[in-house]
Amino acid sequence: MADTHAKTVEPGWFTRIAHPGMFMGWSRHVIVPLIVITTLAFAVGLFYAFYGSPADYQMGDTVRMMYVHVPSAWLSQFCYAIMFCSAIGTLVWRHPMADVSQKAAAPLGAAFTALALFTGSMWGRPTWGTFWEWDGRMTSTLVLLFIYLGLIALWRAFDDQLKAARIVAVITLVGAINIPVIKFSVDWWQTLHQPASVFRLDGPTVDSSILIPLLVMTLAFSLLFLTLHLVRMRTEITRRRIRSLEIAQARAAGDAA
Amino acid sequence: MTGFFAVIGRDLRLGLRQGGDLLTLVLFFVIVGVLMPFAVGPDKTLLARLAPAIVWVAALLAQLLSHDRLFRTDFEDGSLVLFRHAALPLEAIVAAKLIAHWLLTCLPLIVATPVLALVLGMDGPAFRLAALSLVLGTPALAGFGAIGAAVTVGLKRGGLVAPVLVLPLSLPVLIFGTGAFDVARLGGSSQALLLLAALSLLSMVLAPFAAALALKISGE
Amino acid sequence: MVEPGLSVDALTVVRGGRVILTDLSFDVAPGEALLVRGPNGAGKSSLLMALAGLLDPEAGRIAHAKPDPEAPVHAHIHYVAQTPAIKSGLSVHENLRFWADVFGARGADIASALNRAGLGRLDGIDAGLLSTGQTRRLALARLVAVPRSLWLLDEPTNALDASGAAWVADLVSAHLAGGGMAVIATHLDVPLVGAVKTLTLDRGRV
Repeated sequence: MADTHAKTVEPGWFTRIAHPGMFMGWSRHVIVPLIVITTLAFAVGLFYAFYGSPADYQMGDTVRMMYVHVPSAWLSQFCYAIMFCSAIGTLVWRHPMADVSQKAAAPLGAAFTALALFTGSMWGRPTWGTFWEWDGRMTSTLVLLFIYLGLIALWRAFDDQLKAARIVAVITLVGAINIPVIKFSVDWWQTLHQPASVFRLDGPTVDSSILIPLLVMTLAFSLLFLTLHLVRMRTEITRRRIRSLEIAQARAAGDAA
Repeated sequence: MTGFFAVIGRDLRLGLRQGGDLLTLVLFFVIVGVLMPFAVGPDKTLLARLAPAIVWVAALLAQLLSHDRLFRTDFEDGSLVLFRHAALPLEAIVAAKLIAHWLLTCLPLIVATPVLALVLGMDGPAFRLAALSLVLGTPALAGFGAIGAAVTVGLKRGGLVAPVLVLPLSLPVLIFGTGAFDVARLGGSSQALLLLAALSLLSMVLAPFAAALALKISGE
Repeated sequence: MVEPGLSVDALTVVRGGRVILTDLSFDVAPGEALLVRGPNGAGKSSLLMALAGLLDPEAGRIAHAKPDPEAPVHAHIHYVAQTPAIKSGLSVHENLRFWADVFGARGADIASALNRAGLGRLDGIDAGLLSTGQTRRLALARLVAVPRSLWLLDEPTNALDASGAAWVADLVSAHLAGGGMAVIATHLDVPLVGAVKTLTLDRGRV
């Protein structure tokens, strides 16, 4: 006999953490501590960034821009990795939290990518005289921003958010395969055209007085992402609940009339 | 296998019999190409330098316009649902449709390239390289376009979303396609062409699976 | 004991976040037809889509007994939705031949299937010129050209007049007599000959 079985939710620690209702429960308690730790991390990181680390002998104080630029660039990619894992969760396990995680991460990814581009541009201006330079790294980051924005546009084009989650997951996976290809092609393109100045955005040689603040700032940004992601997921779940209630209300009113 | 060729045959027949919009596509390609000299000025050497880029951008834009026809009518008239019950998997059907799509929308563009070559002042070797790069690269454009089309097939307001999704994916194709010319000046464009061919292979393998999955989800 | 050809157990289907069907159970044995009745929005089309494998159930089971165990489930199903999947630009004959090829019935007798559907004389005409009723007959001609055991029909008599509806009833009755099964969603009467059960849906419940 050929069977079509429905997926049954297996009980277990993972489901207990990840079930929407239970998620709302435990995440509520985690938000405030997370905000506190994030603020602390930023306080420490910024202190180091401004006072605790030396200015670069070539670039002066503008090198401090790196402490925002490098973490946000790293996070823009980490965010896509989160979306990729969530996309797999949506397609393979149809997990409702995976949907929410995907949707919550997209605007954050776009924001961090835009921040990386902005700080990179700001850093370049006083140092090399231009706001924009067509180097491989910046161009790839710009394309990544377009990918994020395209995904957000796709989310917004759907009425049915559950279907949207699965479709967006397909494109996210396709994007994941293509992003390395895009990076490679942009680097290839850049070596072809040999720009006059090489825009090195990972800063000067990394020495411990710079490394530690950099790591602290990266940690701070990661915590910021985690906090924002959690808050956005809670908001999205609440939004969906409101929508279900509205639909139920409309149906009930339809019967009564 | 009969089913596979039947799908190619049907799409070709439909495309050729209702050939109006395909001719319009070629017209669009030529018009975009001819538009550039007006924007840039009739400087012959400049145009000859820009010619590969213009041809490729025109091809890219023409492709973006044509993707919608790949799945939309089948989605709306119920054919897609029937394909789910076919004797061959949906992925194979999508692959067959892609082949027909390339023959109907990319081949005419390649055939129309001499017109642009003439207008933009490309010499013989440059034109041959352009045609070759289009032959190797347009399957990749078709593949990525198919993914964009499949993902947006169920959307009523999805008009511009598909191009926005497809363009970043198509960037490597554009880079390698036009890159073949820059390298040629240094003597040897084979690397770019090989990369282009590799991209086309990648997208022709990826597209049927990704598109079939998106079509199944859209059909629910 | 006769093995049920189609067995549905506690089926629950969710679409777009809404529960469309709740806890449905029924059997259809070879030679039997199930008429699914109910007002608009009761979930008839969703039930057929779930049986056709187009919707994954949220809970419950759909079990098909396949005549050919090697073939996948969908190779035994004909699903005829309200959209006829007929292309204008192709002739009547070409339309049917295409679906026969795609459905793996290579040597299908298109001409006799068209005759059976009363479209024999319209063989070479562009299918876009057919009337709604004729288009519906062409869609159903597929059932004749390609033999499959389970027919899932969504409002098959919708666009047809009385003689057309009688033709559909004949077609299905012959199919049942040959050991086939049919699940038909309809809000009209379909006078079938054979073992007929009825399932009435109201907002997704029996």
